[in-house]
This record gives sequence, structure tokens and C-alpha cells, in this order.
Amino acid sequence: MSTTHAEHSHHEQSFITKYVFSQDHKMIAKQFLITGFLMGFIGMMMSVLFRLQLGWPGESFPILTFLLGENWAPDGVLTPDKYLALVTIHGTIMVFFLLTAGLSGTFSNLLIPLQLGARDMASGFLNMLSYWFFFLSSIIMLVSLGVEGGPASAGWTIYPPLSALPQAIPGSGLGMTLWLVSMAIFIVSSLLGSLNYIVTILNLRTKGMKMTRMPLTIWAFLITAILGVLTFPVLLSAALLLIFDRSFETSFYLSDIVVAGTALDFNGGSPILFEHLFWFLGHPEVYIVLLPSLGLTSEIISVNARKPIFGYRAMIGSMLTIAFISIIVWGHHMFVTGMNPFLGAVFTFTTLLVAIPSAVKVFNYLTTLWKGNIRFTPAMLFAVGLISTFISGGLTGLILGDSALDINVHDTYFVVGHFHIVMGLSAVFGMYAGAYHWFPKLFGRMMNHNLGKAHFWLTITSVYGVFLPMHFIGLAGVPRRYYSNSAFPLFDSFIDLNEIVSAFAILAAFAQVLFFINFVYSALRGPKATQNPWDSNTLEWTTPVEHIHGNWPGDIPAVHRWPYDYSKPGAASDFIPQTVPLSEYEKDEGH
Amino acid sequence: MITFLIFLAILLAVTAIVQMLSIYDLTSAIKGRKAFEVTERENKMQAFLWLIFVPSYFIFILWQYLVWGKYMLPESASVHGEKIDGLFATTWLIIIPVFIITHSLLAYFCFKYVYNKDRKASFFAHNNKLELAWTVIPSLTLATLILYGLKTWNSVMSPIPDEADKVTIELFARQFDWTARYAGEDEKLGRSHFRLIKGFNALGVDSSDANAHDDILVKGEFHLPVNKPVEFVFRSQDVIHSAYMPHFRAQMNCVPGMATLFNFIPRYTTAEMKQKTSNENFDYILLCNKICGAAHYNMQMKIIVESEEDYNKWLSSQKRFLASN
Repeated sequence: MSTTHAEHSHHEQSFITKYVFSQDHKMIAKQFLITGFLMGFIGMMMSVLFRLQLGWPGESFPILTFLLGENWAPDGVLTPDKYLALVTIHGTIMVFFLLTAGLSGTFSNLLIPLQLGARDMASGFLNMLSYWFFFLSSIIMLVSLGVEGGPASAGWTIYPPLSALPQAIPGSGLGMTLWLVSMAIFIVSSLLGSLNYIVTILNLRTKGMKMTRMPLTIWAFLITAILGVLTFPVLLSAALLLIFDRSFETSFYLSDIVVAGTALDFNGGSPILFEHLFWFLGHPEVYIVLLPSLGLTSEIISVNARKPIFGYRAMIGSMLTIAFISIIVWGHHMFVTGMNPFLGAVFTFTTLLVAIPSAVKVFNYLTTLWKGNIRFTPAMLFAVGLISTFISGGLTGLILGDSALDINVHDTYFVVGHFHIVMGLSAVFGMYAGAYHWFPKLFGRMMNHNLGKAHFWLTITSVYGVFLPMHFIGLAGVPRRYYSNSAFPLFDSFIDLNEIVSAFAILAAFAQVLFFINFVYSALRGPKATQNPWDSNTLEWTTPVEHIHGNWPGDIPAVHRWPYDYSKPGAASDFIPQTVPLSEYEKDEGH
Repeated sequence: MITFLIFLAILLAVTAIVQMLSIYDLTSAIKGRKAFEVTERENKMQAFLWLIFVPSYFIFILWQYLVWGKYMLPESASVHGEKIDGLFATTWLIIIPVFIITHSLLAYFCFKYVYNKDRKASFFAHNNKLELAWTVIPSLTLATLILYGLKTWNSVMSPIPDEADKVTIELFARQFDWTARYAGEDEKLGRSHFRLIKGFNALGVDSSDANAHDDILVKGEFHLPVNKPVEFVFRSQDVIHSAYMPHFRAQMNCVPGMATLFNFIPRYTTAEMKQKTSNENFDYILLCNKICGAAHYNMQMKIIVESEEDYNKWLSSQKRFLASN
């Protein structure tokens, strides 16, 4: 990297190239963050709306009619098929739009060049395309809410034949077509982004930035991007075959079907094939969502505990192991599809192995806190919160991953509770931690930390209030995706618990409003940031507060040490930036 | 009107918070302190909150267990289900201590090691012995769990031996109801084909197959004899459904275009279970547990387990397929 700032500041930029079709990674990161959060807000509001129905089934809420219209909620009561529509789009938006694109798109784009010492991503143009494909797919997904028959309603996993037959559910008409088109475009965006991240990380590190000196954030982004490149294309193929079945009468997934009194001509396909293809992405997707958050929190915990992350190499090793294993566990979503019991046994074995690297990560986090000197910034609160959710949700995975136990809890609320805590909350907490921590880097201003703390405590209390009871409800056998449990006297005992869950869901939504106010206010009027507000070692804090094209005004700094020299004995201050050369008394520890 | 008021209230709250934010920033500026600096007192407060939060979290779980624990599934009503329940109990025995210990450490560390400008954190970057310990111990624990789990899984999924005396039942799913088909005296289900599904012949049973003649089709409820192996064959005519019988710890997807299998031995009759749960209205149920359309939430069938005599009596009072055709 010998290019200097001078070469980069030649071209004057218009409004369009600076704020809209920007090729600058920092602007693109902001675009991803804001689009992702807006989509996430929509997804969260949907969950509040269907929680109204689940908490107080059949009761009239005029706000439902007001927000959704007469077609979806006549007289203030959601219809059963639109309930499924909301559940489906909520899941799709949260998993893909908020936690895949929103999370990786923001922080990979922001931090890869800044923490590695690069002027920008390897290809600014691909990066821009990646964002605009994502934007387009978001728009198509939102447009699908308004079409005849409603949006896709077959669950976010869109299993055919339900997703293939408009006769089976109205949402499988135009709504489903738009879902598939939106996701195909989304996958293109994700692949462009991932390729760019991988190439940048491998090629554009500054002088001295060995792979083993990269912050764990970058390791997490690298592993995530590789996982995405390996698995997203499989989802794309699954979606394409489904488009064929739906529109061109092929029979990849369909066979022997009689629907609405008519026998259809599909012959020889199998819906189980779709499940295999879907979960081949679907399971690694959990880690595509989770790993960036683990990377962000590793960094935040180390900075705020003023202590090196414990077991740096073990952290990398455990992420690599988790990523590898995650590709060979997809069958645990299919234990009760009638798969060969031997295959079920293999998937149980591989699935439970994930617990080992996960345990290593948890213990390493705890040891990092041990004898630390902990500052509780809002980012740190969310990072510690992530340790809690990762433990709470991860442990119940031991039950779901065990095929014999899965028989009885499969597709019940137990699953909903489990994955919302371990993947939903952990990923969201990581994303919030990242947003609070790197806000000064993104917007040059600081967020209000009192409001941030209130946001955290309200959030963690209310989300546990939402998802913990679901374990009890699920253990009683209540299936997920039920519009109401009133048809089953067996489940009557949970009426009040469901009200509690819904009340907490509403509280959780209000808590997020605090964040949005803080975010918008601080971005526009917050106090100006200093260059290195958290006394951090990594390179992004050596750039000026005001964004400049090319990141560093002069030469790119060289790196002389790993990023975790916090509270090093003998050093005057409790942090030593990576740009500081080793002093005489320090021996090179191979970092 | 109420909607309007709610919006007005939210608007006011947002304005109030924004005003508070700007006042806070102004006063910090006047006091000459960085608005984003976390003071020592604030740090201690957060550390203290963690110390409060984690025990409250435990109490919240315990409270739920005390109030709603009794509504969770009663002991298993099938033979294999007892093995599953045993595995469940063992798994909880591992999960709960790990959960409590790690969370307690988290709270304690947060409280104990809160920021103090006069103290320096320990530069403790790695320790091979520790790292080895928490790789090996989870591995051994998991090895046990995996072995126990696989043993249970294999015994649950093993087919009924051919020579055993068994009942064969097909559970046929469609949007949004269930039909059960008994094999009849010949113990063989007759052939069926989806193109034959029409009117009365809801399952597409092929009447030219002699095995089909004594098949029995029932709706609404189906009966099982206690202590006798039941072989279930699952089919669907439209979308994927899932036959879920929670009390028997039994679940299997019903997939159009293929047949899936599951078997179990019912352990208690409905009457016995009413006593065990001291609930006069107790009934075993079959419900759909795979999203299948708008009325998914109401796709069920009652199951009655009774003595073999009662079962035979009930079965002989049902119509044979050919008679009903």
C-alpha cells in the first residue's frame, strides 16, 4: 500500500457519489447500518403485532386495523393467514435483512479497511453494488407486503409444497414469487460483499499486520464471509428450483399432490430435497449471524476490561471449528422428516460437537473479565449481555441437537425460545454493542451513555421475559406458528403466561425506541467525538474523526504488535496502540 | 381516537427524551466534563446492577418453574418415552449447574473487577493448562451425552420385530384434518394412490386390492390398545404436516409423495392417565406440528387408549372400507 492521501483526494464528489452511490466503505457501512436497523424495526413491530394476537387471542385491537388495514385485521383482529404472513416476514427480515446484511454489511465494511490499514475495500464498485442489491431486495420484500393474497406465509423456511401452491395458502401466490426474487437478489448482494471482504482481508493488510495480529473482529468477518460464500449459493439453487416448480411446472420438490379437490400433475419430486438444500445454508446461517457479533464483543470486552482477550489463538481456533462443524450439522433440523435413523445419529454427533468450541469461547470471555479493570460503557453492557444470552440459549441446544430429545420438542415453543436467545439476542446484542462502540467512528459524535444504559437494562430484562417462558410453554408441547391455542384445552394453563410474554414484547419494543432516539439525536447533535475515545489499540482509532477518502491523511501506519496489549506490565499507560514499536524491554511474543 | 392518543403520547415522550438529552449535554459542557465519560460512580452502579440482575434472573426462572412447571407434560405414556424422559433428566442435570455457575461467575467478575483508576488489570493472555482443561472437560461430558443420546435414539427408532403382534395404523393428513386407517383382520393396509382420492374415498384406497377390503377409516378420534406395539404409517395429500403426539413423545412428518414410519407402545390407558394427572377431562391428542396453512392451529384428533378388549369391541363396530364405499 504505497498510495498516499494525495492521490485519493483529487476528485471532487457530488452529492450523489458521496451519499447515494458512494464507493467509500465508511459511507456504505452507514448505509447498511441504517437500512438494516430500519428493516429490523419493521420486523420487530411485526412481532409486537402478532404477539397481540397470541397474548389476547381474538380480542379486538383497533391499532391492528389502523396499521394493517381491513383486509389483514378486520375489526381489530388479525386473520389466521395474515398472522402466518407476519410470522414469515418477521423471521425473514430479522434473519437476513437485519442480522446478515445489516450486521456483516455494517461492521465488515467499516472495520475491515480501518482495522487492517487499507485505504478502502479491494473493490469499491462491488461494494457499492452489494449495498444497492441489498437495498433493492429490501424494497421488493416490503412491496410484497402489499400484493394481492399477501406476502409469503409459509414460514421463513418456506418449505414446499406449502410455499409452492397458492391453493394451499394465499401468500404462496405473487407474494411468494416476490419473496424468492427478493432473496435471490439478496444472495447476490451477500456474495458480492463476502468476496470483497475475503479479498480485502487477504490482500490489503498494512505493513506488519500479520494474520496473527489481526483483531478478532476481522477473523470473525473473514470466517463469516467464507461460510457465506460456501453456503449461500446452495440457497440460491434451492430458490431457483422452487421458482421452476412454481412457474414452469417442474417437479423438483413436488409429487402426488391433491389440493383443493384437484390432483396435480407433479410427479417424482421430494419436499425433503428442499429441506436439505435450505438447511445447508440455513444452519451455517446461524453462524453467519452469530460470528460477527462474537468478533465484535471479543474486541469490546478486551478494550473495556483493559485486558488482553484471553486465549487469542484459541478464540480463532474455536471460530474456525464452529464454522467447519456448522456445515455438517444441517440434518438436525430434519430429525423427524423420516430420515434414516443412522443419518440422524450422525447429525446428533456432529451437532453436539459444536458445544465444545462454544464452551471454550464462553470460558475465554469469563477469563478475560477475571482480574480485569472493567468500564461499563453501553457497548460493554451489551457485550457482557451477549455472554449471558450465548450461555442461556446455547445450553438448550444440547436438548434440541439430541435427536431423541428433539422428537418431542421439535417445532414447539422450546425451539422458538432457544434460537431467539442464542442467535437472535446474541447477534442483536453484538450489533448494538458494535453500534455503541463504533458510533464515534461512524458519525464522529458520541451517543448518550445514560440512555444507552437504560436501553440495555430494559432490553435484557424484557427480552428474557419474552423468551424464557417460551421454554416452559414448549416443554408442555405447544407448537409454534399456532394462531391461537384455544382449540386445545390442554394448553389453557398457559393463557396468562402468554399474556406476560406479549407484555414483555411490547416493553422490549419501547426500549428499542430509546435506542432510535439516541441514535438519531446523537448522529445529528451529539457531543463531538475525540480521536480515540475508548483508549483502544486498534488502527481505526488512528484515523481522523472527520471521514476522509483514503482513511489516513498521510501514509498508512505500520503495525508492530498484536491489538491486545492492554495493561501490559512495565508500560506507562494501560494501552499500547498497534502502531507503537516494541520497546527494548518487551520481547516479541510471536504476535 | 385511542390510536391517535397513543401516537400523541409517544410523540410527547420522544420530545421529552430529546430535550433531556440536550440538557444533559449542555450541563456536561458547563461542568467541563466529557459528556460520554463513564464516571467511577456510574461504573460501580452498573457493576452492582449485574450483581442484582443475575440472581433476579435465576429467581424469574424458578418462579416460572413453580407456577407453570406443573403444566408441563406429565410422565410419558409410551414405553420408549420413558427412556427419552430419562435422557431429558440427565441433560438438565448437566445444563442447570453449568448455567448457574457460569452466570454466577459473570455477575461476580462484573462486580468485583469494576474499573478503578488506581489498579491495573492483570496481563493474562493465555494459559495452556486452563485452555486444555476447558476443552477436555466439555468434550468428555459431551461424549457421555452423545453416547447416551444415540443409544436412546437407536432404541426409539428401531422397527417392531416382524414376529411381534402389532397394530398397523395409517395416519393420513390433509388441510386441515386427520384420517386414521386401520389395517383390519389381514393386518395389511391396502394399496392407495393419490389419483383415486375422490369424495368418500378420502385416502385414495385402491378397492381392487383385496388387502384394502377390510381396512377401516376413522375420523375425529382413533383408538389404541394399551401395551401393544403400534406401527404408524404417515402420509399427506397436499403439504407437509407433522403428526405430533406429545404424551407419547412421538412425532413424525407427513410428507406428500412418501410414507414415513414411527412406532410406540402405549403404556397407560386414557382412564389411567386421567387418574395420574387427576384431571377428569384429560385426553391424549394428535396435533399438526408443521405449518400447513391458515387453520394449522386447529388440526387435531383425539386418541383413546384402552384395554385390548375394549379396543377390539370399538374396532369391530367400525365400518369396513368396502362396506362404506
